[in-house]
Amino acid sequence: MDRALAADGSVGNARRVVAARPFADQRGVLLGLAVVALLFGVLVGPQFFGPANLELMARQTVIVCVAALGMTMIIVSGGIDLSVGSIVALSTVITALLLRPDGSGWSALVAAGGAVAVGALCGALNGALITQLRVAPFIVTLGTMLLVRGAAKGLSGERRLEAPATWLNDLLRTAQSGTGRLLPWGLWATAALAVLVAFTLQYTRFGRHLFAIGSSERTARLCGVRITRTKIAVYTIAGALAAVAGILMFSKLSVGDPTVANGLELDVIAAVIIGGGSLMGGKGTVVGTIAGAAIMAVIQIGCSQQGLPNWVQQIVTGTIIVGAVWLDRWRSRTQS
Amino acid sequence: MSAPLFEMVAIEKAFGATVALDGVDFAVGAGEVCALVGQNGAGKSTLMAVLAGALAPDRGEMRLAGRPFAPRDPLAARQAGVAMIYQELSLAAHLSVMENILLGVEPVRRGIVQRDRMRASARAALAELGHSDIAPDALVGDLAPAAQQLVEVARAMAVGCRVLVLDEPTSSLGHDDVRALFDLIARLRARDLAIVYISHFIEEVKAISDRVVVLRDGRNAGGGVTAQMSSQAIVALMVGRGLEELYPRGNRRAGDVVVTVEELTEGSAPLTLHCGEVVGIAGLLGAGRTHLLRTIFGLEAVTRGRIAVRAHSGPADPHDRWRQGVGMLSEDRAGEGLASGLSVADNLTLSNLAPLGPAFTVMPRRQDASARTWIDQLGIRCRHPRQVVRDLSGGNQQKVAVARLLHHDVDVLVLDEPTRGIDVASKAQIYQLVDRLVCAGKAVLLVSSYLPELLGVCDRIAVMERGRLGPARPVEAWTEHSLLMEASGTRAAS
Repeated sequence: MDRALAADGSVGNARRVVAARPFADQRGVLLGLAVVALLFGVLVGPQFFGPANLELMARQTVIVCVAALGMTMIIVSGGIDLSVGSIVALSTVITALLLRPDGSGWSALVAAGGAVAVGALCGALNGALITQLRVAPFIVTLGTMLLVRGAAKGLSGERRLEAPATWLNDLLRTAQSGTGRLLPWGLWATAALAVLVAFTLQYTRFGRHLFAIGSSERTARLCGVRITRTKIAVYTIAGALAAVAGILMFSKLSVGDPTVANGLELDVIAAVIIGGGSLMGGKGTVVGTIAGAAIMAVIQIGCSQQGLPNWVQQIVTGTIIVGAVWLDRWRSRTQS
Repeated sequence: MSAPLFEMVAIEKAFGATVALDGVDFAVGAGEVCALVGQNGAGKSTLMAVLAGALAPDRGEMRLAGRPFAPRDPLAARQAGVAMIYQELSLAAHLSVMENILLGVEPVRRGIVQRDRMRASARAALAELGHSDIAPDALVGDLAPAAQQLVEVARAMAVGCRVLVLDEPTSSLGHDDVRALFDLIARLRARDLAIVYISHFIEEVKAISDRVVVLRDGRNAGGGVTAQMSSQAIVALMVGRGLEELYPRGNRRAGDVVVTVEELTEGSAPLTLHCGEVVGIAGLLGAGRTHLLRTIFGLEAVTRGRIAVRAHSGPADPHDRWRQGVGMLSEDRAGEGLASGLSVADNLTLSNLAPLGPAFTVMPRRQDASARTWIDQLGIRCRHPRQVVRDLSGGNQQKVAVARLLHHDVDVLVLDEPTRGIDVASKAQIYQLVDRLVCAGKAVLLVSSYLPELLGVCDRIAVMERGRLGPARPVEAWTEHSLLMEASGTRAAS
């Protein structure tokens, strides 16, 4: 074929390269984060931005962040996962069970690996039910939310499970000065996972397929994307990430607790949505999600350091969720 | 015809830089059926949106029964007596027939809906249309498309409509229903309604209308008394240029068989597709043409018969078909053909991401470069490869969907209504492209509802009628007339 095909003489009009604008999509949420942080910086004082306080905020939000990485992928693919909180709880229980209260159990590494495997299994169950029964993800994961929570309670005998101290308990402990590590291991691991998920979404075939399925499942199918496989994979990965969040939760609690993280899924979904993810699918980024989680952490810690009661914090967070989505709509309307 | 009941004079309407209507005149008299024809993008829909009060014209004026008519919104137009029946019916499927007919004008006494009076007026409205067979209490969702359309006409009558606009009213109807609809239109004409009939089908226009108005590129292209115009004359006005120019035909040479389809439905003739030829499938809407293509491409299950693509004859899904070198263009561009929220580059390369990066990765730079190649070659008008497909015009969107097949470098192109809803210039480009590909040895299987297109592009044509595929015959053996006869189940006499 040759150039003559372009009958209207428009050849070459696409040559104008638009400069890549990193974080162009996340401008809104990053701006929001800056505004909220500045606000509390002024209210609380400069110590709000001190290293100790920043680390406190990071520790506070890290569990939501890790779970939200998986949720970002699911929401990009047009799905939703309500079972995240339950998987976190199950993961703390599995970890504690494998470590055994009397210390006669497996090594910490095996315990953590086991928890992640069980989380992945829960995710695979979500994916399999959604694709095989053709039931909406909201309904399926509403069911597995109860199912997994029940399993966690059953396995633990409905009580908190004591576990011996291992390095798992130190994952979120402040790094000792002089080691040059700066941050707790758990935060480094989270950062690595975030980079990995961001890369997967933007630069792999699997990631591009997720966007395609979320934007239009029928188009993806027409283009030969294997929908069933891809969906089961994304729920499995999200389950595994929720279990990693559970290990961090275990680290914080140092016990296996089947009732923990009740309602965590809503914080996780809120982080993705504030970060620009769309429940209609096809939109969402890791940077946005982490910024979204950070906004909620800043509000939470800022409010408590200002001595504001919990109800103020909830009202502010709720307003931000609705505001963020409205802002996003308004921006896309004015652009087009 | 004395003074027209409804008149539009020098209507202009622009959307940004795009001029949709450039001084269009239109008039229809009481007791007259006026057909409005034109290619997609000619301005019919915009003109009707202005008429129905959904769009305000930039310039020009409208008169209804001699008085200025400038409805603020569709409701105002309806109340003034201008009613539209859209292609997609606007009925509440969960409500009953009478509730739909009297929607918004329900008889009430002290705030309570009076169901008896409602039933009586609905029955009267249906009887007026000669369809007492439709029960006022039936749920609209349970009715056949033809009956649903009647309910919609009855609703228009219930609010005292004087000008009735029918937009592609036969697109979801079977052959008998079309005849019934024509009878109905004749009855409404006898009751002195002014009727505007919009259609792509020249045969229908010839059969039902008194007068034809042709639009092309937002202007009046001509028209006249239907009885004095030939089909060819109407088409020539619509297209605005000779047909040879539009449908190029290079040096095509049919080669090896690439696709064989055997009896997917009972009584179907076998279909073979060779390299270097275009095989067209004609038929009425609902004849099963799209289903046939989707089955071949693995989007629908094979329930009987056999499909073979070269040596592959087992079950296959779309993923397998792409790997076998078959690509499909969907008729439903917005719903299936393209992921409208994704970029041009993502849409264009989606079926074939593998060459765009090492291992399992996709490098955006390589993706953009690939996309840019096709953007240039097909003259797709977009700002850059990362532009969201939704923002492109219909013709350019379709070119993105076609470019996907080129990016994948498929050998067999399965095209379902490739020129639906796009402008004439883009159409011409797609015809040129198909010819070039076929001359280069590719095979094309084409479904189209536009007969001149089938006759212009194809080497062989088969007709599908009620799910049965007829034998493919050389294009020289067909005329528009014989295709229509065959498609409607009336075997040619000879």
